Amino acid sequence: MLHIYCPHCAETREEEEFRPKGEAHIARPVEPEATSDEDWGNYLFFRKNPRGLHHELWYHAAGCRKFFNVTRDTVSYQIHETYKVGQKPSVTADKGAAK
Amino acid sequence: MSEIAQMDLNPRGAVKSESPLAMTRVNVVLAASARDAGVVVREKPFLGHLVLRGRAEDEAFRAGVERVLGLALPLALGPVARDEARGVSLQWMSPDEWLIVVPAGLEFDAEAALRRELTGHYAVMNTSGGQTVLELTGPKVRELLMKCTPYDVHPRAFPVGKGVSSVFAKSSAVIRRVDEERWELVIRRSFADYLYRWILDAAEEFGVFVAAGDASHSTSRAAVRELAAEAR
Repeated sequence: MLHIYCPHCAETREEEEFRPKGEAHIARPVEPEATSDEDWGNYLFFRKNPRGLHHELWYHAAGCRKFFNVTRDTVSYQIHETYKVGQKPSVTADKGAAK
Repeated sequence: MSEIAQMDLNPRGAVKSESPLAMTRVNVVLAASARDAGVVVREKPFLGHLVLRGRAEDEAFRAGVERVLGLALPLALGPVARDEARGVSLQWMSPDEWLIVVPAGLEFDAEAALRRELTGHYAVMNTSGGQTVLELTGPKVRELLMKCTPYDVHPRAFPVGKGVSSVFAKSSAVIRRVDEERWELVIRRSFADYLYRWILDAAEEFGVFVAAGDASHSTSRAAVRELAAEAR
């Protein structure tokens, strides 16, 4: 079981209370009409699956019911940090894994 | 002042109301009395539950809530603001959401008062019919909760007064510690039967006793309203 720090509740809670919601920091194209089919397809369907550091969106389903971001290592499952939506991660992979 | 139409959901006249546990039958062996039991379960039915949404950083919003309820708005997870004498409590649920519990029959007045006092971006919802409160008392309640929730109920992590929302018996519940050996669960109507049976089953080993609630499983709303009117 992971212990996850919820930045809204300011407490470390059990994994059972949370739901993973996939990759974080996915920006919607500003002008969908002018976006190519390929770019739109990438935005809708294609996600990174890195080995190592990954920025993810998590949902505190049984607690405050808010979304927040988690920087997690997909190999060791170690959670480096959690931060609110709209904030920038302080832990990033060397080659700019974060936007 | 808002222009939202409100409706008093409490029927006038002698209409019988039933709590979500009205049809639930106790199917475990009960302790002989409350004194012999490690856990005493009591439903507090028909309380007024309001969900309040708003911006915590808005000073006028905070002041308005305090004027109406006489309780300061909690701004972080932790102690539930509570006035035992008036039976009013105000709990932080999320950065922009609070749960207000008022005595039976007063939810309409409380909602109207909030709408009168609050301005700007806010919402008040009456969820009284969707939730009910279970009160658990006794020396073994903490051990019972340890079987039901992954949340740490040790006094170090869960001091008296605190209230949290967490996973409870594969469902969810709001858990509030009122006193050393007195806890409250705010549970959803649709899960009430399941959670009630789960709690009785889990508490059987400690000795469990079911105490009759303030208003037993079915009561006349008119009587409750009269009581509420007298209290005012």
